[in-house]
Parts: sequence; structure tokens; C-alpha cells
Amino acid sequence: MAKVLMKGNEAIGAAAIKAGCHYFFGYPITPQNEIPEYMSRELPKVDGVFLQAESEVAAINMVYGAAGAGARVMTSSSSPGIALKQEGISYIAGAELPCVIVNIVRGGPGLGGIQPAQSDYYQATRGGGNGDYRHVVYAPSTLQETVDLVMESFDVAEQYRIPVMVVGDGMIGQMMEPVEFKKPKERSLAEKTWATTGTKGKRKPNIINSLFIDPQELEDHVHKLERKHEEIKKNETRFEEYNVEDADVVCVAYGTTSRIVKNAIKKCEEDGLKVGLIRPITLWPFPESAFEKITDKTKGLLAVEMSTGQMIDDVKIAIKGKKPVYFHGRTGGMVPNPTDIENEIRKIAGGEK
Amino acid sequence: MQERVVIAGFGGQGVMSMGQLLTYAGMIENKHVSWLPSYGPEMRGGTANCNVMVSDDPIGSPIVTEATTAVVMNLPSLYKFEDDVVKDGHLLINSSLIEEEANRDDVEVYYIPANKIAVELGNAKVANMVMLGAYLELTKIVKVESVVEALKKVFGESKAHLIPLNEKALAKGAEQVK
Repeated sequence: MAKVLMKGNEAIGAAAIKAGCHYFFGYPITPQNEIPEYMSRELPKVDGVFLQAESEVAAINMVYGAAGAGARVMTSSSSPGIALKQEGISYIAGAELPCVIVNIVRGGPGLGGIQPAQSDYYQATRGGGNGDYRHVVYAPSTLQETVDLVMESFDVAEQYRIPVMVVGDGMIGQMMEPVEFKKPKERSLAEKTWATTGTKGKRKPNIINSLFIDPQELEDHVHKLERKHEEIKKNETRFEEYNVEDADVVCVAYGTTSRIVKNAIKKCEEDGLKVGLIRPITLWPFPESAFEKITDKTKGLLAVEMSTGQMIDDVKIAIKGKKPVYFHGRTGGMVPNPTDIENEIRKIAGGEK
Repeated sequence: MQERVVIAGFGGQGVMSMGQLLTYAGMIENKHVSWLPSYGPEMRGGTANCNVMVSDDPIGSPIVTEATTAVVMNLPSLYKFEDDVVKDGHLLINSSLIEEEANRDDVEVYYIPANKIAVELGNAKVANMVMLGAYLELTKIVKVESVVEALKKVFGESKAHLIPLNEKALAKGAEQVK
């Protein structure tokens, strides 16, 4: 299929429908409104259901219901709206149901602002909801990658029966780039024998539940989830790396910030500096193995985020104290400037830090 | 080759669509492209701008910090973006609405009476296409034919009758900088 020029939010909607998602429940919030707008226009054309719920809490519970019935279902929101959905996400994770949640992040805390931010890293990777659960978090940096990951998210969610979150920011949502819709690699997906589709008098009722009163039963259940999480870590961790082995400084950045960092790296390279990049594509699981390639030559790591420093925790865990980890960030909707990043890299490379 | 363009003006002057057409045309020519709008609590008559990248290589940041060209359709945009243009870059000023001259003497400045030309062509709305025509003549970053092809896709059947007017506006704009 030929490339088309699309706005990020619309491309997310189109990718979901192409991946077979026919159910969308949401509540409006900037800067992701083009997603529900697109879904409200396009889902009826494929006999799907678009429903604007009375709140984010209602929307995520509608997702819970549709997922329980075995449907491919998605919701989208932005930061404070995703905060409201956390209870539902925890229930869906506990009940082992597949669904896709898109967060087009805006500045916080509270209502915050509407400009791009990455200040929901903790919320996305540490679980804003209660209990011992994880869910997959993808952080695309281009619209092509966004489309690819949204399409694959539905397969990943079904393969592991787990919520998958796709995290973008206002820039990913609002910008236009050419995209091509390609089928994700084939996965063997088991039949949804657990779905509540009606017994037709032929089997025992399926029960979708996250309540386990007996502690032993709950521990067994949580261990089952844990084994699943380990499988995902093994099979689904994804990252991009660039010149890590040979670098004086290794930058770590994800999403749109990584694109700005790439510009800064290019400028440093013009002066003969060797600068590497680790770009996590999955924020959970965090690509810890990518840090094993860092050699003694590297003077330090630089985490760059649109926050006051959240992913940097995972960077420190991954580097196991072997190298100093520095931070550069802008927050509140301000976007890092390539020149500032460049200066930070030069300081680390020159031993000023 | 990489063009980093800022296009700015009042909401309603067609700055967003000017940028989208350039982006679309770049895509038609298999170049790497991106379009990034300013977004926020904005309204008609307020300021609007977009960043466009057209490049032979993959695009890093879609944010234009060192613009190779700035197209400014109104005075606030001149003030805001004049300093962002790199040395020897292009600064295209809509002289129908901007009476002031540029402060920069290290960039190539072009004064184009875009609204006047558009009105002479019979439709003030094509002022943006006049500016785009001038821009394409200066940089040749994409072919005019690719922009026309993009227009056809954007307009669709129902507005196809507007294509000749837009083509004329592109040509008139180009004449201004020849």
C-alpha cells in the first residue's frame, strides 16, 4: 500500500481499525481529540461501535466489558484522563484481558497544560493502579513507528492477555508524516476460549474477574501474571541503539525527545565526538540489555526527557552504578532544545561534569 | 539537501495548508517530510504557524530551530521568526500586510505583495499560494507540478475547479522572485 500523509492522532485511529479494532470508548481531552473524532467517523463504516462515555472511568470500564467479550477494543486519552482510567487498567490486568490504551501525554501534574510532555513515565511503567501488575508500554518516535506499534499492540495484547499502552505526546499526536499501513509479523494467537460470548447451553459460563478472596489463590494468580511478565521481558523488549560500543557519551531518550537528541548527536559528531544513543521503544519492559554494550571508554550517560527525570531511574538500574548518569530535561510542555543537549554532551565528554 | 521552513501568519491566512501542500508534494517526490503545527487555545485571527521539513535524509527533530526559510504573512510573525533564519537563508515577507522592513542583512529578503496579487487574480484566499509559488521558485525543493498534484488530492472532485486559480497564483508568486 502506498504512503499517505496523516496527522498522528488520525493515523493511530486508522492503524487501530486496520488491526481489527471495531470498538472504541473514550472521553474528549486535548491533545488527542482527533483520535475519537476519527473513530466516530470511521468506525460506523466497518459496523463498529464508537461511544463517547460520560467519563474516563466509564470509558475504561466499557473497554473492560468489550475485552471480556473477546473484542478488539481501544481507548485513548491524555495524562489526567489516563489517571482516571487507572482503576480500570488494574482490573483489566488482574482479569487478564487484552486491550489497547493510547496516552497522548500533556504536561502535568493535575490538569497541567496541553503541550507535549513525558511526565507520565512513572504512571505508565510503575502502574497508576493498585496491585502487582505490569502492562506493556510502547513509546514510538515517528508516525510510521506509531502506526506499526498500534497495529502490533492488539496482537501482543491478545497473545499475553494483557493491556498494552502506547505512549505518545502532543507532538506525535498533532504532527503529520507519511505512513504506510503494513501487516505486523504473524503471531499464533490462541482462540479466546475465555471470552464471555454466551454458553449457548453447551459449556459452563466463563467468568471474568479480578477478585480472589483466598490469599493462596491470589498468590498463585499473581505468580501466574509474574511468569507472563517474564515471558514478555524475554520476547517483547525493544530498543534502537546507535554507536553505543564506541561512545564517549551515551544518550538515553525515547519518543519525540529521541529525535531532538539525534540532531544534537549529529552536531557533536561534526566535531569528532563519539556519542551513542539508546532509544527504548518499550518503556516496560525497559531494555536493560542494551546497556551491557557500554564500554569502559564511556565517560557518562545522559538521560534526556520532557520531565524532571523519571526514566532516569530505569537508566540507573540498568547501568548498575558502573557509570555516572546525568540528566537534562524540560517540563510543563517545554521541548528540549538541541543546542542545550549538545552542550550537556560536550560537558560530559570534556570531563566538566 | 534539507529545507527547514517556518510558515507563519494569522489564523485563516492558509499558513497550515501552505505547509501541508509543501509536505504532501515532498512525499509525492519520495522525499522525507514532516509537518508540525503550533497548537493551543487559538482562534481565527490569532497567530498560527507550522514547521515543515523536506529532506533527502531521514528527519530527526520535526521542530525547526535553524530555519532555512521563513515565510511570514503578518507583522507579529516577522517579529517572532526573523531571528530564526540561518545566515544566507530566505525570508519571504508578505508586503501587502507588513509595511516594515526586515532587520536582518545577512539573509535574502523578498517582499511579495501576496494579498494584492491574490485580489488581482480574483480571490484573496490564494495569497498563501502566491507565497508558496515564490518559495518554490527560490528553493526548487519540490516541483510545482507536485504541489498541483497534492492540491488535486486535497481538493477532491468537488473543488477541482479551483485548481487553475491556484496554479495561476503559484506562477504569479514565482514571477515576483525571478
